[in-house]
Amino acid sequence: MSAVRLLVGTRKGAFVLTSDGKRKDWKVSGPHFAGWEIYHLKGSPVDPNRIYASQSSDWFGQIIQRSNDGGASWETPGSTPEELQGEGGMPKGESNKFLYDGIPGTHMWYDGTQHPWEFKRVWHLEPSLDDPDHVYAGVEDAALFESKDGGTSWSELSGLRQHDTGPRWQPGAGGMCLHTILIDPKNPQRLYIAISAAGAFRSDDGGQSWRPINNGLVSNFMPEPTAEVGHCVHRIAFHPSKPDTLFMQKHWDIMRSDNGGDQWTEVSGNLPSDFGFPIDVHAHEPETIYVVPITSDSLHFPPDGRLRVYRSRTGGNEWEELTKGLPQKDCYVNVLRDSMSVDSLEPCGVYFGSTGGQVYGSADGGDSWAPIVRDLPAVLSVEAQTLK
Amino acid sequence: MIRVILPHHLRTLAKVGDEVQLEVSGSATIGQVIDALEEKYPVLRGTIRDHGSQKRRPLVRFFVCGEDVSHEPSETALPAAIVKGEEPFFILGAIAGG
Repeated sequence: MSAVRLLVGTRKGAFVLTSDGKRKDWKVSGPHFAGWEIYHLKGSPVDPNRIYASQSSDWFGQIIQRSNDGGASWETPGSTPEELQGEGGMPKGESNKFLYDGIPGTHMWYDGTQHPWEFKRVWHLEPSLDDPDHVYAGVEDAALFESKDGGTSWSELSGLRQHDTGPRWQPGAGGMCLHTILIDPKNPQRLYIAISAAGAFRSDDGGQSWRPINNGLVSNFMPEPTAEVGHCVHRIAFHPSKPDTLFMQKHWDIMRSDNGGDQWTEVSGNLPSDFGFPIDVHAHEPETIYVVPITSDSLHFPPDGRLRVYRSRTGGNEWEELTKGLPQKDCYVNVLRDSMSVDSLEPCGVYFGSTGGQVYGSADGGDSWAPIVRDLPAVLSVEAQTLK
Repeated sequence: MIRVILPHHLRTLAKVGDEVQLEVSGSATIGQVIDALEEKYPVLRGTIRDHGSQKRRPLVRFFVCGEDVSHEPSETALPAAIVKGEEPFFILGAIAGG
């Protein structure tokens, strides 16, 4: 019997929501790590019960948690007595040790001056497609790390941060975060990442070297709107069967590329606003995509106080509003960039969480919606796992 | 035996109660107490001091016998009341809203 598990990260802990394949009745487990910010949780595609979680706090920094039983129990990787003995006999305890490779250097600060790179937190965890112990981490200040021992230790793939455009990267309102990591299922040597506010980058050698892929992006807040870097990319998504076609929600504009990011074209079409954060792709229809329009960069809530998901069945440009079951008045929540996900059942399930603590689900590809939970802390991320 | 009182979130992380007890030989300094704490509870590494610089994290404070010793050098010797376990070594999260 199929089932769905939603991994929900919030400002005050993690929650695990589970349902059978009907996706009507949900069980809520949590809060896990109560009181801590959980930016993201994600399960391994190889072993869905292996889940990684990013737990952090402004006070006490970064913690990595790992579950081997689908979120029922958790451990900080490498914390068994045997694992804790290093070569010198002293404990290691390094699963939260994210040290930049070499001297970190500087990037651009909000005021245009140069500012040292400083690690703050892990925004996104992306388990590899073929090994449950291999996982990537996108961090703030922007850099990409990987672990090949199940999160016990981390090393930076520093070719990205050391790209010669690094001094021109700058933080967005949420900090200078690497928030999106995509692994090409047809060519695992090809990785895509996105950074606010630097833009999108691609590696074709497993993360060793990188190049900006921002041709076609126009950001009018920049002195040079079509510059090579500096764009505030909010999210990128693709369909696994068609990984050369990328969809992007930018600070403003919905963009599309059909050549792995070499060139982008705008597909905002008839949206009421093309500002927003998440973007995702239907599990079975590579040209069906979803966004949640937000009023503007200054007004982070839905236009007219009406929460609407917009769906395009044409890969952009032509959009239909989806409102059934969503609040259509007095709604002033935001939906953050990692807070939308799809399952792979038939019909496709679509889920998103809001800063108001609601997690909405649709078991019919977005035609109708219902709240799964209404009163969680502000939702930072939602990941759907399809369990068969 | 030195008694250390951790803030709530570090207690849950280390899976300990209100107070932990550490054995520190000799006169004991601030740094030695944190060293001993991290050795006994490795999950706390990086949460009190930065992994790279080994400096106290900005929103963590240390108090002993009613005095704020957050800004004292790590080699500062602790009072006898702390070393004897008569008074606890407090590690606090700064009041910072929220």
